[in-house]
Amino acid sequence: MSARTRSERKLAWMLCAPAVLAMLAVTAYPIGYAIALSVQQIDLRFPDESGFVGLDNYGAVLSSELWWTDVFNTVFVMVISVAIELVLGMAIALVMYKAIFGRGVVRTAVLIPYGIITVVAAFAWQFAFAPDTGFVNQLPLISDEMDWFGGRFSSFAVIIMAEVWKTTPFMALLLLAGLVTIDSGLYEAAKVDGASAWQRFTRITLPLMKPAILVALLFRTLDAFRVFDSIFIMTRGAQDTESVSILGYNQLISRLNLGLGSAVSVLIFICVFLIAFVFVRGFGAKVQEGRPGG
Amino acid sequence: MGRGTRDYAYWSIGIALVLIFALIPVIWLISLSLKPPDAITDQRFIPSEVSFDNYKSLFEGGIDDSPFIKPLINSIGIALITTVISIVLASFTAYAIARLEFPGKRLILAGALAIAMFPPISTVGPLFDMWRSLGLYDTWPGLIIPYLTFSLPLAIYVLVAFFREIPWDLEQAAQVDGATPFQAFTKVIVPLAAPGVFTAAILVFIFAWNDFLFAISLTSSDASRTVPAALAFFTGESSFTQPTGSIAAAAVVVTVPIIVFVLFFQRRIVAGLTAGAVKG
Repeated sequence: MSARTRSERKLAWMLCAPAVLAMLAVTAYPIGYAIALSVQQIDLRFPDESGFVGLDNYGAVLSSELWWTDVFNTVFVMVISVAIELVLGMAIALVMYKAIFGRGVVRTAVLIPYGIITVVAAFAWQFAFAPDTGFVNQLPLISDEMDWFGGRFSSFAVIIMAEVWKTTPFMALLLLAGLVTIDSGLYEAAKVDGASAWQRFTRITLPLMKPAILVALLFRTLDAFRVFDSIFIMTRGAQDTESVSILGYNQLISRLNLGLGSAVSVLIFICVFLIAFVFVRGFGAKVQEGRPGG
Repeated sequence: MGRGTRDYAYWSIGIALVLIFALIPVIWLISLSLKPPDAITDQRFIPSEVSFDNYKSLFEGGIDDSPFIKPLINSIGIALITTVISIVLASFTAYAIARLEFPGKRLILAGALAIAMFPPISTVGPLFDMWRSLGLYDTWPGLIIPYLTFSLPLAIYVLVAFFREIPWDLEQAAQVDGATPFQAFTKVIVPLAAPGVFTAAILVFIFAWNDFLFAISLTSSDASRTVPAALAFFTGESSFTQPTGSIAAAAVVVTVPIIVFVLFFQRRIVAGLTAGAVKG
């Protein structure tokens, strides 16, 4: 190895070290610490009863009905919102790509939800649907008395709407980035051969966009699995709408049960890992070509 | 009707739908914030009379008694400090990845990606415990550190994508033409890199500005509570009144500047959000 290569390597490592340390400090170390906490009984309200309990905390979480209800809620909100976002995001991406005018206006408009704090958006939707302040119940076809947050699935409808509103722009922009790489000559050729607009979409656009779609889906799915802000603001988990992240928060911060809460945290970590694994191995998402969520 | 006119009509409808979709919650919040307190439950989308009482109540009592001023200062301070540190560290790393050859390059990119997918809730418990023993609980650094961790992957990916596009040969060309290395860097490379750095900074700022989970888990008072967390704990004038009007007004105050900013720099933000989405 030449002296030049060696000094280049040394410089590169020195440049990367601070960022790498900063990233590891709040991920690798805490997840190790969480694993250590999860095999102990640690309840800050009863500090004297601490001790090693093995996998008891995991057993307690996995045999509780609440955990499985929350897993269902989280997956339900995740699947429905990501599915709607994909369709809506694709539609908006096509408008941005193909519109004969007003592309700038559309791009400007879709960035508005991106710039708004999730909590603020959640409040906006909550106030809009609340029976006392909201305008939604005054709309035609909707009962004036509809109590959106009084039932489980009507609450989910509002939560999903808030999530979709907030994150569809990101999906649309990622899909647009994939869309612009498609050679427009293919469309011309297909047109000449008599393919309809729908055929061109399903036979050219979708197959060529598969990598972009998979990456967008992966990032949005993982993001949606962590859903916390909207549910916390709108229902705080009432009417059986709690997500796994809310469960973790309640155990850790509200009940100060670090042992049980850490078991929940580790299980969430494993779920996220499994989702990523399924996308990369199962569907062949090329994550290296992707980018972290925004 | 000719084909052109019909297309025009279709696109107009499509664009109008996107605009309505994007704007309704914002207009609704502004409308709600302008309603006088006794009209807050009138369920009208557009207020029948306009009052600024909700805004006044936010700032009443000055810095000590206002429920909003301190969180606003915390939010701005914490997000700005996070942005500066994150961008400096990410620039070093992105420069090394874009320009230098060294083993571990792919590992750093893969690691950053893994952290972008990491569930923040999994670190909340340990951080809560660690910060209480280290004295970082309910302090600015207590929030800045996790924000750094989770914003660095974003910043690194955006900057690497931008740095790879920079024609670095120009630096040498300038030196051949007689510029000192320092001049070559500040006069040639810095202006070329500035748009990418600026884009990454906007994205990091928005990320830190938006966070709620760490903000409610690692703070307990106005000493470090940011706006999203403070909003969740807003109370009405008395225990019988809902804080709807104040929340709406506070929401408008923290939303409108960001929207103006985002719209002003929209091209850069779109470039940043999609950087590297197409090619690695």
